[in-house]
Amino acid sequence: MAEEIRLMKGNEAIGEAAVRAGCRAYFGYPITPQNELTAYMAKHMLAKGRIFIQAESEIAAINMVYGASSTGARAMTSSSSPGVSLKQEGISYLCGADLPAVIVNVARAGPGLGGISPGQGDYFQATRGGGHGDYYTIVLAPKGVQEAADLTYEAFSISEKWRVPVLVLADGLIGQMMEGVVFPEPIDPATLPRKDWAVGHVTEMHRPYNHVTSLNLEPDGLEAANRIRFERYGHIKEELVRYEEIDVDDADIVFVAYGTSARVCHGALEMARAAGMKVGLFRPITLWPFPSARLAGLAERGKRFLCVEMSMGQMVEDVRLAVNGKVPVYFYGRCGGNIPSQEEVFAEVKRLMAL
Amino acid sequence: MELAYKHPKSLKSIQTKYCPGCGHGVIHRIIAEVIDEMGLQNKAIITNPVGCSVWADLYFDFDSVQPAHGRTPAASTGIKRMLPDHLVICYQGDGDLAAIGTAEIIHAANRGEKFTTIFVNNAIYGMTGGQMAPTTLVGQHATTAPEGRDPILAGMGYPIRVCELLATLEGTKYLARGAVNNAVNTRKTKNYIRKAFEAQMRGEGFTMVEILSQCPTNWQMTSLESVEWLEKNMIAFYQLGEIKNTLSAPATAQAH
Ligand SMILES: Cc1ncc(C[n+]2csc(CCOP(=O)(O)OP(=O)(O)O)c2C)c(N)n1
Ligand code: SF4
Ligand SMILES: [Mg+2]
Repeated sequence: MAEEIRLMKGNEAIGEAAVRAGCRAYFGYPITPQNELTAYMAKHMLAKGRIFIQAESEIAAINMVYGASSTGARAMTSSSSPGVSLKQEGISYLCGADLPAVIVNVARAGPGLGGISPGQGDYFQATRGGGHGDYYTIVLAPKGVQEAADLTYEAFSISEKWRVPVLVLADGLIGQMMEGVVFPEPIDPATLPRKDWAVGHVTEMHRPYNHVTSLNLEPDGLEAANRIRFERYGHIKEELVRYEEIDVDDADIVFVAYGTSARVCHGALEMARAAGMKVGLFRPITLWPFPSARLAGLAERGKRFLCVEMSMGQMVEDVRLAVNGKVPVYFYGRCGGNIPSQEEVFAEVKRLMAL
Repeated sequence: MELAYKHPKSLKSIQTKYCPGCGHGVIHRIIAEVIDEMGLQNKAIITNPVGCSVWADLYFDFDSVQPAHGRTPAASTGIKRMLPDHLVICYQGDGDLAAIGTAEIIHAANRGEKFTTIFVNNAIYGMTGGQMAPTTLVGQHATTAPEGRDPILAGMGYPIRVCELLATLEGTKYLARGAVNNAVNTRKTKNYIRKAFEAQMRGEGFTMVEILSQCPTNWQMTSLESVEWLEKNMIAFYQLGEIKNTLSAPATAQAH
């Protein structure tokens, strides 16, 4: 049966998608602009007899996720930038112990307490691990409410498959805006298989005792564990890279933007095309793994890139690494919670076309 | 002939990394004995803390999870909420529980989380080499209190009585303080642990057994001196016994 289209806020759609993905436990702490998500989970998780806890801090919330995930249950937390900073220790431990988890960052502008308007200044934190030690998390960046729901739903299975936490990096605009959304089929958590690496149910699982830990004081042992994890990262890079391209084929200048700034670039692209300019859009959906190979291929074809971000320039570094000096990479950014208008981005592309 | 005193099944018979005279080993043993007596080896999960007992998973023969320093009550919350019919043991040191993890223990206790905390109070940071803990006694020496803990002039604060602190919270049902400095206290402590575990399995609420424990290495004493020092100084400040017992079911545990 075809599902109805529902008009929903991004934050609530993320919550509904998580419930449908079979999330058994949600732990959160209030912070704007993601509060509707925590409230949605309180209402719907408790109504379904699942676990919802308003934790005493983001640190506690991520460590509750660590405990719940240790039992093999689908577990999730969400926050916004300052709160996600507090979760970094826990994310490092999750990665060190090879535990799955879904973490949503409805990002705002920083640094520090910053502001509560949308921002993309958490790109470095999200794509470079964020906490201490050698690790990455998978980072998915939705551009709207439908994609926020789809990626959140899928984040649980991706995370379980690779035993790597998945970070859904949205921003305050995507969290707060309303769009039509159709949800995937609900999964009953009771039907999900038990994990052979998890704690609990020893007798039923007929297994030896399990120890969930990131501790390894033997340098050779720790190095070996890290190398195994990085082999897995290699497979993730081969299998998981996702992006969207619009009008890239004949374009002279290609915008590179994700999330909200990609929406703005799409508007600027239409203005440019109407004015007869050959402009395209490349939108990474996985920020880690980053679609470097595809960008390198486009650089080989002589395209110039204009990276547009709601920050002082973070993803632009990955674009430059990908094209490796072959073509110019320009940057246009607004920050502090400002969202660039399509007019100002169009003006920038006109300026570059004239160079 | 039946063996009357044997090695508990839930504890591996290997040598530990603990120093001679350390209380952790004795505490491990009585926990394992209670688990065996309750037949819960396959249902037990311990969260071993950052501290000297971080390797508890090497010694206990059942499932374990190792969380970040001080976050053990939050991780135990996640585990117990997912596996309410399992025995979840949140093992913590005094630095772990009463310093870096103060928020986590207070809120887990206040929510009435149905796991049992085993709080090993040795009045010192053992693993990092003898720094002052929140439970270090006034005047007691530590590498970071070289002239002894001075609450006033040096502003080092006073030792925290954790059971008494948590007793005001309605979520706490059973808070007891024992010691492992001699056989009598060890037996009493084992009895507290059994009561707490039984209450946990009945789903009563938050339970904790604080255990005064020797750290001869960082107290810079012999084993014998350390048990005497504990008796004279720690027990004088940290009153032994059931600090709070509002368990609804009649206590079934007997002193063994
Ligand atoms: C975030 C963090 N801070 C500091 C440390 C270093 N550290 C390891 S163990 C420990 C103290 C443990 O003392 P306690 O909890 O009393 O346990 P004990 O060793 O005395 O049993 C500290 C500070 C750490 N591992 N992680
Ligand atoms: S340092 Fe102290 S607490 Fe740690 S093992 Fe040695 S005696 Fe035990
Ligand atoms: Mg200690």
